[in-house]
Amino acid sequence: MTSKNVHVKIGEMKTRIGHIKNLEVSIGKVVDDSWAEPMGPTPMPGLTTLRDWDMKLLNKYKPFYMPDCDLCCLCTSCSIGAATHTGHARHVVDHLIEKYGQRYPLDVGGLNVKVEAPVTRLVTGIKPETLGDLDEVLEYCEKQITHLLSVAHTGQEANNLDFESKALHAGRIDQVGMEVADIAQISVFDFPKADPEAPLIEMGIGTVDTSKPVIMCIGHNVVPSVGIIDYMKDNNLADKLEVVGLCCTAIDNTRYFNRGKIVGPISWQLRFIRGGFADVLVLDEQCVRTDASSEAERVKAPVIAASEKNCIGFKNRTNDPADEIVADLVDGKVPGVLILDPEKVGEVAVKVAKQIAPKRRKMKVLPEIEEIVALAKTCRQCNLCQRSCPQDLKIPAALKAAAEGNIVPLTDLYEECIGCGRCEEACPVKLEIHSFIVKAGERSMIEEKNYCRAGRGAIQDVEIRSAGGPIVLGEIPGIVAVVGCANYPHGGKDVYDICREFALRRFIVVTTGCSAMSAGSYKNEEGKTLYEEFSGNFAAGGVLNAGSCVSNPHIAGAAIKVANIFAKRNLRGNYEEIADYIHNRVGAVGLAWGAYSQKAASIASGFWSLGVPVLVGPHGSKYRRMLLGRADKKKDWEVYDARTGDKVNVGPTPEHLFQTVETKEEAMVAIAKLCMRPNDTWKGRSIKLSHYVDLHKRLYRTMPKDLHLFVRTTTDVPMTMKDEITKMLEAKGWKETVIPDPTLLPRMVRKKKE
Amino acid sequence: MKRAARPILVVGSNATERVIEGRPVIDYLIDFARASKVPVVATAHMVGEFLKRGYEPAGFMSAMDIGNRLVDPEWQGIDGKGHPDVALFIGMPYYMESLILLGLKNFAPDLKTITIDNLYHPHAHWSFPNTTLEDWANNLRGLTSNFKENSK
Repeated sequence: MTSKNVHVKIGEMKTRIGHIKNLEVSIGKVVDDSWAEPMGPTPMPGLTTLRDWDMKLLNKYKPFYMPDCDLCCLCTSCSIGAATHTGHARHVVDHLIEKYGQRYPLDVGGLNVKVEAPVTRLVTGIKPETLGDLDEVLEYCEKQITHLLSVAHTGQEANNLDFESKALHAGRIDQVGMEVADIAQISVFDFPKADPEAPLIEMGIGTVDTSKPVIMCIGHNVVPSVGIIDYMKDNNLADKLEVVGLCCTAIDNTRYFNRGKIVGPISWQLRFIRGGFADVLVLDEQCVRTDASSEAERVKAPVIAASEKNCIGFKNRTNDPADEIVADLVDGKVPGVLILDPEKVGEVAVKVAKQIAPKRRKMKVLPEIEEIVALAKTCRQCNLCQRSCPQDLKIPAALKAAAEGNIVPLTDLYEECIGCGRCEEACPVKLEIHSFIVKAGERSMIEEKNYCRAGRGAIQDVEIRSAGGPIVLGEIPGIVAVVGCANYPHGGKDVYDICREFALRRFIVVTTGCSAMSAGSYKNEEGKTLYEEFSGNFAAGGVLNAGSCVSNPHIAGAAIKVANIFAKRNLRGNYEEIADYIHNRVGAVGLAWGAYSQKAASIASGFWSLGVPVLVGPHGSKYRRMLLGRADKKKDWEVYDARTGDKVNVGPTPEHLFQTVETKEEAMVAIAKLCMRPNDTWKGRSIKLSHYVDLHKRLYRTMPKDLHLFVRTTTDVPMTMKDEITKMLEAKGWKETVIPDPTLLPRMVRKKKE
Repeated sequence: MKRAARPILVVGSNATERVIEGRPVIDYLIDFARASKVPVVATAHMVGEFLKRGYEPAGFMSAMDIGNRLVDPEWQGIDGKGHPDVALFIGMPYYMESLILLGLKNFAPDLKTITIDNLYHPHAHWSFPNTTLEDWANNLRGLTSNFKENSK
């Protein structure tokens, strides 16, 4: 298993002190391979090990390219995403090994989670038990990422499908890297361990007690935040300051400290910084605005850069005495510092916040309404702001109204504004349009008081045993994973609406990252947020927050565990068989409604590699490559029946692997359709069809025209729609077909044809 | 447009969100479709919006699906009688429409594309320019009236 320097293997040896069997020793590590499960065919796959599987997917879901140059950005995106998550994992693991030792045991759910690292087990064949075991896993990931990125060099891969295969491989590696990061931090920082009742965390600016000093953390790496929280606890300051966060740092802070607050998704950094709530900003890595520090300077909030990935040009003060750093920041001698020691970050952030809060008095740079009205009169109505706005917001019209004293149209823009600030860059008269919108929407912002469930991490094995059968048979209509970034086309409410729609329909809804926050940011008629309205169980009608971006593998892991725990398939280094199982049997769909980053691309790629389809919102079209099936090409939808070896047409189930949709309505219909799988029983297919038809009729005002592709036998037809659907089937010349034991792999056929 | 043998009009989700002179753009498009007899392919959930207004599109599918079919030279069109030779576009989110047009520019060399939004699309063969809403309404009405005159 390991190959460090010297490796000794003793099959059997009788000695005076004892009888030794199957002992392997590596210098630096004692290897004990006591995991009884046999190794599968592809442990630690290289770039081309799973190429055949990739090509099965890519020949069915052919790329549709929308290139605006000759470089493929998706492949490099997936590599960058995989590198980011693996680098994050490496930082977390190295830090924890240094602090707690190699032998610190991994525990993501105690006795409730025995398959603690399904993705790692599947891809690498390693069952990690300690932090030290994760080191070996990361070495494998790092090697693969080096190879992957090298493929993007000039004059490398000549075939587009082979490039896509490597993008899928990057996705696999990304899933492993993320899983390593999350199981390490869950185990050591004692995050919620697969707990459906993980605490509800206060969310929204309205929940922040601004009478206290406020430390705002932005980014994705929880290690510096743990330093802050530990310092507060050690000095009895836990209730004297507010620790709040944006994006995954916030999600992970609040898994560690449930009095932390989540302010909101990452894309709204600008509004929160300009709003002046934060007395100190701590910036770590990933998705941090490059102008965060200069914006912080405007509101006189000192900045601590806490990650070597984002040094911001600040002087490295890691080895300086804490009190000297504090004095320089409080006195305003420097706007920010780089500190790479998380414990020092904690001490400095807390001391600075306490000292500077009374001086700052929450200074903000939002104009008053009267100023907005006066400044709006200088708008030339050139339209450059609207043209540069990714959302095409009607800014000129809103400014015209504001000039006449009516700020309601500006207020209306608040919900849909993603806070990029491009309007301000484009404005020839330098109007601070984003500040106008934020001021106009200030009341909404201050009143934001919601709940997000703390990220629970893994799905319990017992939950899989309970839900696995109904999922595979189709009686739970599907798993909808609503994940990813906040680059939404029309504000975060779409995410809430979609989650709620499918929870009410008894799908299992799982969220992570910015989407997890947006899902919890709205209330129903009874004033309950989504996580209060629905249980956190992995069961029909459950809404779970798995956690931060690095918690996404728990979703993939759930699908993998269905194959292992429910269907008793071996996991260990057995990627192709398990992916084939998931693709043909587990009705799961990912929805990254606001995807924009390279990490989102690699996360999606990891799901595609398992045969799980992913939808993105309209901004996701900017990835410039889709993986689309053709429902009209019958030949593409054949599988083997593993019982007989016959080829059976199972219809477009699922129709696409990666698809952009324009509207929330389209997303809902697509999700219902994409949850159908060849293995659905008649009861399961009937349930899924009823959701598809119901949504289609409600949102498209017409019956679907492709039902004949999804009805295999008359028992598939939902009883309540029998007459209508039967007529349609007759008009299409529909004929019954069999329900196979589906596989894309000839080697899985049990009965060979003669 | 008049020389086109097999045109289609692809209509996106903004057709109901954009309003000109008190009428949503989709109403102008229904007028145009009835006058020109150009088959309409509705994307997103627009099919329901057309049906609500008493017009049945020739087909409906996602924007990416229609793009993916237009780059396939073997696709025989919505009615199965032949690949479109001209595709008009209107009403998708600007960036999405632009990207699909890029895909068509690169991979559907025999297809002519026209956009009739009020924003210029450099990746189409022909495009309405950046215009005010008023001029856009006039352009759409002008397009429609050309077909109405020819049909007399």
